[in-house]
Amino acid sequence: MKPRALVISAPGTNRDEDAKFALQLAGATATAMSIKQLIASPHHIDNSQIIVIPGGFSYADALGAGRLFAHDMIGAISDALHRAIEQRRPIIGICNGFQTLVRAGILPGGSSRVALGHNESGTFDCRWVRIEPVSQRCIWTQSLSEEIECPIAHGEGRFICSPHVYKELNDNDQIALRYTSPNPNGSIGAIAGICDDTGVVLGLMPHPENHVLPRQHPQFHRGISRNLGLNLFKQGVSYVNN
Amino acid sequence: MAGGVGPHLSTHRLTITQKGHDPRVNNVLRNARDLGLDGLQGVEIADIYFLAGTMDQADRDEIHRILVDPLLQTGSWDQCNNSSGKHVVESLFHPGVTDSVAAELKRLASTVGIDVATATGKHFELSGEFERGDIDRLASCVLANPIIEQWSIDSLAEPALTTRSKAPRPPAYNIDLSLASTDFALHAMNVERSLALDIEEMRAIRNYFEKNARSPTDVELETLAQTWSEHCAHKTFRAAISADDGCIRDSLINTLRQSTDDIAAPFVVSAFVGNAGVISFTPGRTLAVKCETHNHPSAIEPFGGANTGIGGVIRDILGAAHSPIACTNILCFGPPSLSAAEVPTGVFHPRKVQAGVVDGIADYGNKIGLPTVAGAVLFDDGYTANPLVYAGCIGSASHTEGTTYVESKPRVGDRIIVLGGKTGRDGLRGATFSSMTMDATTGDVAGASVQIGDPITEKLLCDVLRHGRSAYSAITDCGAGGLSSAIGEMAEELGADVDLTHLPMKYPGLAPWEIWLSEAQERMVVAVGDVHALAALCDDHEVSYTDVGVFTGDRRLVVRCDDQVVLNLDVDFLHHGRPQRQMNAVMPVPLRIASPTIPEWLTDISPIEHLRHLLAHPNIASKESIIHRYDHEIRGASVVRSLVGAENDGHGDGVVLAEPTDQHGIAIGIGVNPWFGLIDPRRMAEAVVDEAIRNVVAVGADPTQVALLDNFSWGDPTRPSTLGELVAAVDGCAQAARIFGAPFVSGKDSLNNEFHRSDGERHSVPPTLVITAIAQVPDVAYTVTSDLKSADNVLMIIGTTKNELGGSHISMIRNALGTGVVPAINPESPAQYRALHSAIKQGLIISCHDCSEGGLAVTLAEMAIGGRLGVKCVPADVFGDNDLNVDLFSESLGRFVIEVAPWQTSAITQLFPNATRVIGHVTSDPVFTLPDGSQESVAKLRANWQGMPK
Repeated sequence: MKPRALVISAPGTNRDEDAKFALQLAGATATAMSIKQLIASPHHIDNSQIIVIPGGFSYADALGAGRLFAHDMIGAISDALHRAIEQRRPIIGICNGFQTLVRAGILPGGSSRVALGHNESGTFDCRWVRIEPVSQRCIWTQSLSEEIECPIAHGEGRFICSPHVYKELNDNDQIALRYTSPNPNGSIGAIAGICDDTGVVLGLMPHPENHVLPRQHPQFHRGISRNLGLNLFKQGVSYVNN
Repeated sequence: MAGGVGPHLSTHRLTITQKGHDPRVNNVLRNARDLGLDGLQGVEIADIYFLAGTMDQADRDEIHRILVDPLLQTGSWDQCNNSSGKHVVESLFHPGVTDSVAAELKRLASTVGIDVATATGKHFELSGEFERGDIDRLASCVLANPIIEQWSIDSLAEPALTTRSKAPRPPAYNIDLSLASTDFALHAMNVERSLALDIEEMRAIRNYFEKNARSPTDVELETLAQTWSEHCAHKTFRAAISADDGCIRDSLINTLRQSTDDIAAPFVVSAFVGNAGVISFTPGRTLAVKCETHNHPSAIEPFGGANTGIGGVIRDILGAAHSPIACTNILCFGPPSLSAAEVPTGVFHPRKVQAGVVDGIADYGNKIGLPTVAGAVLFDDGYTANPLVYAGCIGSASHTEGTTYVESKPRVGDRIIVLGGKTGRDGLRGATFSSMTMDATTGDVAGASVQIGDPITEKLLCDVLRHGRSAYSAITDCGAGGLSSAIGEMAEELGADVDLTHLPMKYPGLAPWEIWLSEAQERMVVAVGDVHALAALCDDHEVSYTDVGVFTGDRRLVVRCDDQVVLNLDVDFLHHGRPQRQMNAVMPVPLRIASPTIPEWLTDISPIEHLRHLLAHPNIASKESIIHRYDHEIRGASVVRSLVGAENDGHGDGVVLAEPTDQHGIAIGIGVNPWFGLIDPRRMAEAVVDEAIRNVVAVGADPTQVALLDNFSWGDPTRPSTLGELVAAVDGCAQAARIFGAPFVSGKDSLNNEFHRSDGERHSVPPTLVITAIAQVPDVAYTVTSDLKSADNVLMIIGTTKNELGGSHISMIRNALGTGVVPAINPESPAQYRALHSAIKQGLIISCHDCSEGGLAVTLAEMAIGGRLGVKCVPADVFGDNDLNVDLFSESLGRFVIEVAPWQTSAITQLFPNATRVIGHVTSDPVFTLPDGSQESVAKLRANWQGMPK
């Protein structure tokens, strides 16, 4: 049976369909539900084997990216999410989902140790990047054998933390993904994604769900076919299957 | 944080400052410099959140904890620490301007049990040396915009949150038309009420009410003025035109319609009807296509104008019962290099306009989750006072087997449901309202003539309509004219009975005519048989739903408010009672025969030097910095992007989109060239149709399956010469559509884009026709990009170069724009485009780039830059048939450069007999060598091309 993935949306979430398509290609079944529905019936989270917080502009990014979605999450579904983490069911937050998990204190764990600030450029930026998997702790990246190429599309993706926290994350193998193409937003240590200390929860700024077919690569017409973002989703699915 | 505050009712103020560099600072400093306010040396910016209500210290701590991220921000309550002696400016939105942050703040507070009214503002601390009046100018021109904002200088801003009046709704009233028995009196009434009608139209209205032996209400008169406005009725495009060339012309709209009818393309499902054109290239799937302008709003409030422009065109697609899949935009600005002294009074610097417009488009498109995939950016002094913003949208709908799109029509008995945002005075007679005094104590609210959009509300609307397609029988969007035109159009054949009493309002006190004509954003009207399914769906998606009446079948439009009938009109009179306008045109007589002598300016500078200048010209230079501001990757449908090549920074032609599950796709191309239009409007129209089609053919679209959109931005058509230019351009459109067999399916005109300059003269924008081509790509595996792929491949040109320098960019950079003839369509082009498509399908074409602005030299340079490879042109004597400078820089139509494998050149020659020749080859050494042997490194050419002002 295919793993059941749940894509959680808030008003303004907009890459939910892209995430669903990626999960389906990776071998899962995918359902999208709104945070409003889940607040009413959080058991849907308990019934899911993979949980995805997708990209978008939840609540229009009003008052800071991910802040209001995180507020919803803390209030109503954090117990269900923590049960999922304890039971080692994979969770991934992409872009706005990453921002939300950080604001909710789920990533990297503990409150206000890291933040995602305005890009160094000061503006929203959409461009292709290359990221390398570095964490053996993170179940999403530990068996990933090659880099991923995919677009970023964000205005608040600059990973910020103190040197002390950076060392902790690094020593604890919680830095999951780093940019190997030029750092697009000024993130410390070119960090593109981190995991929690269980390794089950991954948050990343780039959009692997937008590179699941070779023809989506911008150099497809130059004969380039490699580094699918789909591989990341396959890791989550195969973790559940094993 | 200030401590020790007991619970008290007042306006609490939380000021939040970014730690580290606030990216908004650079914009403020640049905008000040562009205005010549060089005294401003530094600025600190903070956001202010106002919460009015009862809050104790614990409440304040909780709000602070949620809102302030200690790693990124510092927050302080109630402080106004201006100990620095710096000047302070604080800005607030005018009451009634959409402020989604304030709305979310209120919602957030309520989730933690705090009931407050909210507002947001900005706090600026200015350092530098200022002269008298500088701070006022900074406040009104840089830090805030009087259209949507108010401000205070060296004092704290105070939003009117604590006093709320229940302003009663004023009733509708009758207007005594019997007093307007003479034309003079009618004219006076027209001016007094800003109806913008002509005397024939005023007479028709008077006669209608005389016949019915009653006076009109204010609602009726306003509704007629709105329905018969240029914006809604397109009176110029529907006018009978007498032209001085003696030709009898049908109306302009019929000229275009007739060409579409004559072409009789099988893929046209619905043309020039309703909100958008509808086409079908694939069984079971239709596409809705539309492009709109939002010029004047973008001139006076660039962010909000462009923002709501995108929102509006997306609603056009929703109004055609399709789901939006992609957006486009074409932007025309004044020169970015303009000095402060060259900017006319009352006009923003072009860079400020550009920054605001791009921000506005990015904000709406990115947030609603649609890729902004294609476009163009043009610069000309003719746009300094009148920037143009064209926003396009494409939608898709699937149909079950054996069915297709049917133009939606309401049925008798259907309920009239208004979905989406609340109603306010938005867009009503902006001029009148902006001069009203804002009175905080009454709580009365004026509408902004330009609004800020709310993309999340529209996103939720999209979701409801996508899931609820079977729940409604007809749909239209609320655009210009608001409910009056949305419900008015839907009721055109049936009549309707509408009650406005219970429509949700942003604030109290709106008169019935204001509710009926409000242009509040993010609203749709649907006709619904069974209301339950839609109501449930709206509840799930948190979309507001209001039943305002019923379609009756008695062919009368009746509107009620508070038990008063405020409008009762015969729908035939409303929609067909307007007398056709009679207009006069003086046709342009452009030069059509080129002088055989080559102008001196063309040859007195070396071609390589001309090429450097052309690549650096803002019209030709890379638009990368803008493209990256738009999310062009969401939905994963991009197969050919507007950025192409080895480093994703090359210049693309058209774009190709394909749903990830499809093998076929669509291509989108844009054609626009106002400089041709200044010289020869008819040939300009033909040229831009050709360009849009070339763009889609170059990437792999089928030239026999192309649909077109026309968007005209023009000057005042009551000036016969301006109308003549419009007539010539429409004739050119129809002619070109026939030549290529590519039908127009939708269009829009924006007239009166004029500005009074200090010389006392009215200046019109250059004749700016934007053509959007949407075409079928049969198999996205056979698509092509413009970047060179590998060394030793052969470069060939398709098409014929002629001495056609009129309106060319080389003539522009040499201040000789008026010389020469504007290029004409090559009659061989349709056959050549079909041959090119066949070559692409056979896999013969390795790269392909269309020749347009800057001519062949720029085309080759862009291909080299995209591929990071060199080009070696063949010697001048075999490169072309003209003077080398003409061959390199003429902008003749119908031409492409293709890259082919060396062993395929004979196959290409056979496909294009007498229409192709080898012009060079690709080199691994990234050096660009022109036919005269002059050279430049591709890296240096790229530096010229990428030096576009940010």
